[in-house]
Parts: sequence; C-alpha cells; structure tokens
Amino acid sequence: MAIPFLTDEWAAAFQSAVNGSAAYKVAAETWEGDFYFIGELANGSQRVLYLDLWHGECRNAYIVASASDKSPEFEVSGKIGSWKKVIEKKTDPIQALMTRQLKLKGNMAKVLKSVKAAQELVNAATLVSTEFPE
Amino acid sequence: MWIFSSPKVVFGDDALEHLEHLQGKRAFFVTDANMLAFGFVERVQQRLAVAGLDSAVFAEVEPNPSLQTVQRAAALMADYQPDWIIGLGGGSAMDAAKAAWLLYECPDADPAAINPMEDYGLRQKARLIAIPTTSGTGSEATWATVLTDTEAQMKLSMGSPELLPDLAIVDSTLVMGLPARITADTGMDVLTHAVEAYTNTLANDFSDGLALKAVQLTMRYLPVAYADGSDAEARGHMHNAAAIAGIAFSNAMLGLSHAMGHSLGAVLHVPHGRAVGLFLPYVVEFTANGGGTRYADIAHFLRLPAEDEAAGVAALAAAIRSLSAQINFATRLEDLGISRDAFEQALPKLVTNAAADNQLFFNLRFADNDELEKLFRYAYEGRSIDF
Repeated sequence: MAIPFLTDEWAAAFQSAVNGSAAYKVAAETWEGDFYFIGELANGSQRVLYLDLWHGECRNAYIVASASDKSPEFEVSGKIGSWKKVIEKKTDPIQALMTRQLKLKGNMAKVLKSVKAAQELVNAATLVSTEFPE
Repeated sequence: MWIFSSPKVVFGDDALEHLEHLQGKRAFFVTDANMLAFGFVERVQQRLAVAGLDSAVFAEVEPNPSLQTVQRAAALMADYQPDWIIGLGGGSAMDAAKAAWLLYECPDADPAAINPMEDYGLRQKARLIAIPTTSGTGSEATWATVLTDTEAQMKLSMGSPELLPDLAIVDSTLVMGLPARITADTGMDVLTHAVEAYTNTLANDFSDGLALKAVQLTMRYLPVAYADGSDAEARGHMHNAAAIAGIAFSNAMLGLSHAMGHSLGAVLHVPHGRAVGLFLPYVVEFTANGGGTRYADIAHFLRLPAEDEAAGVAALAAAIRSLSAQINFATRLEDLGISRDAFEQALPKLVTNAAADNQLFFNLRFADNDELEKLFRYAYEGRSIDF
C-alpha cells in the first residue's frame, strides 16, 4: 500500500530503505551531514522531512512542523510534482537541480564530492511505494 | 524540463575580424606564455584596437590550470576592471578564463566548488569571449571548466550554465600550425566528446544531431588534418567539429571516458585528449555490455555495419581503433611509456579519482570501483572488454 509522501510513516519507510541499501552504505561511507527535504504543496504549505545521515547510515528521519525547527547542513526543496518526477525516475536528480525544479542549499564543495551517495539516496526513495498529494 | 544553450559562434578563416565590431572599453586576456610568444595575443589585440578597446594580458596559464592560477588571474582582473574577458588558447586557457571571470564577478565564490545549482549573477562586470587555438576541448562552446587541485592530485570537473561564453570565435587560421601530435590528441578529444554526448543519460533531441555531425566530421577530417596540417579544409572542419561537439556535450553530458581520462591526466600527467581518446573504445565496449546503448545509431550514421546493437558496437569500436592507428594514437596505457610498476602504484588513486568524477554518473552503465580497476587494467594491456 502506498504511503503518503513526506509523512512520518514515509520517513520511517525511507529510513528503512536507506539503511537497507548496501550501495548507499558504500557510497556514503564518509558522509557526515543532515538534510531537509522540503516538499511545497499547491496550497502554499510545506512538508519538511529531517534526515540525519552519518557514515552510510540514516540515524534519524522524521517530519518537523516548520523548516525553522532545525538548521540542517543541507536543504533540498521543490514542488511535490518535482519530487514525484525524481522519485519515479522520470527526471534525473541532477537534471532537476540544474533546472531549479529542485533547489539545493548548503556546502556545494562537499556535496559535489558525494554525487554517488546522493544518487543512492534517491534510489532508496524509489523503493518506497509512495502516494503523492495533488 | 531541460535547457539548450549555445554561445554566439563566429566561424571561418576570417572570424577574428568580428572582434573589430566589439562594443566595450577594456579586455583582459587569460592565456598562456606560448600564445603571447607566438603572436596570437597580438593578432587579437590588433582587432580589438580597431574597435577601440584597450587590453591587459595574463599569460601564466599552465597545462591543467590550478586553483591558484585562477585566483591570481582574478586578482589582476579586479585591478584592471575589464568589461570583456578573453580566454585565448587551448582548453586550459579558456577554462581558467571562465573560473577567473567568475571570481572577478563573485570574489567570495569557492573556485573548487563551481556548480550548476547555484546562481552567481555573472555579467554584471564583464562578458566572456572564448577563442580556441586547438581543435579539441570545445570549451569555447561549453559551460564546463576543469581545474586541478594540485595538492589532492585531482582534476575538478565543474561548471555553471552562467559560464557559457557570450561569443566563441572559431577561426581556423589559429590552428594551421598545430603539430601533428597535438592535432591527434585534441582530435580524439572531439571524438570522445561527440560519442559520449550521444550516449549518456542526459542525451536529448537538441544535442543528438550535433553529436552525430561532430563524430562524422572527426572520422572524415582528423586523419587528413593529421597527415597534412596545412590542409585548410580539414583544419576548418575539425575546428568546427570541436565547437559543435562542445555544444553537444554542454547540453547533454559526458561519460566514463572522461571520468577515467581526468583521473589519468591528474595522476600520471597524460594530456587530456590522449587520455580520454585512449579509453573511448574500452568504454564503448564496457557500456555496451550493459545493454540499451545507442552506439549502433552512431555506426549507422557513419555507414558502418550496424544491423543490430552488437554489430554496431563492434563496428564503432573497430572504427575508433582504426582511426587511432591512422593518426599514430596510443591504444594502450603501456604505449604511453607508463611502466608496470608506476601503473600499479598509481592504480588505487586512478580508481578513487575516477569514482569521484561527476561525469561517471552520466554514463549509461555505471562502473563501480572494482569495474573501474579492471577497466584501467584492460586499458593498460590493450585487452578488449569482456565484462
């Protein structure tokens, strides 16, 4: 059964998918840094997922009420439709970032050295059966 | 969604004349010592003088330009306050010009982290003209810049769409005297750009035709330009092919040959075109073994036997190796004078660098570290890829 995108249930399923990914574990072996994934809904509201990623493991994943709740090192944001295209592999994540369909904030030098880890993170998301809000 | 972009391209054996109509006050050259010594800078300055522009010259760009070189150039730009930046030379000079220009406009930017996800707001102070004096890199028509982190022995393959030159002057008279060896190396760079632009994950309708045309031009005219460097027709077509392939890959991406080639260049100091061109047939075979490629399309366009994908792959790999033979281009790492001991010692670093290169992720078949090591080993010995 599909899980609504960027909810606590989805966060738990995504965390499980990330931690079950051998490819992510290898690719993110040296990664230290936390993320926000922010989905922008048509009504102007946001859903904000906090991810604590540490040496190939997702140590924590949960929804926060507001983007101001925490100050993660990186933030990826975009319309729900843009997230949907990436998670359904209709758009390459780098393509989405380059065309500003998704926006990335944070230390670019650090993230540019971990493109493979980012790709594996997206691959893990594709394993979660997801229902996207209209 | 995807975006196609291209600089204004002025081409032909009199393209430099276009600069006589440039609007501006001060131009700043980013180039190398040879361009200055052999009079190339002066030739361009003469055209700028007709347009009423003064100029200053930074002629310290080295092969595989370092972050430090770029920072020095940017500091001089800040003193001179140009409204045009001119990258004159091969890929190193043009890439250094792009990065220095970015630092001139955005002094707080990190030159080791130039990326397409950030908005820099360039063109507040100056615009960029790229004038290639080799027919290879295509940098005159791309938003890519490759710098070298000398401490980490690593090439940084970076870029931003904002770094696309405003004007590319593709004047074939600037390449008439190129030595045969450089003609071969840079020509194989063109071929690799074109093949990889057509066969990577972001290839698209707008870039495909350019990539195929560049492959065709290179296959036809590179051997001619190599055999007779004074053949104006061959030189002109190769100079155009370099820019066309540049536009193609700037609007698609590259692939595994470039990931491995950047690594080889940084660790064992092999010239860029020689490195990527050497790996190309191995990468064609490796990628094809994963299935679902478009090499047969290229073979078909070249009128090679291509009744199915396997036949097309075999024909294309054979055609690349045949072209290499015609231009005395090394097909094995061992042929580059790299001893077995030196190779084995460098191998871990070669693999680590290639695995971290952004172009790796656009190859149709991803190569993990074990596969990268095998690819380097097969290329060292000249064995066709069987995995």
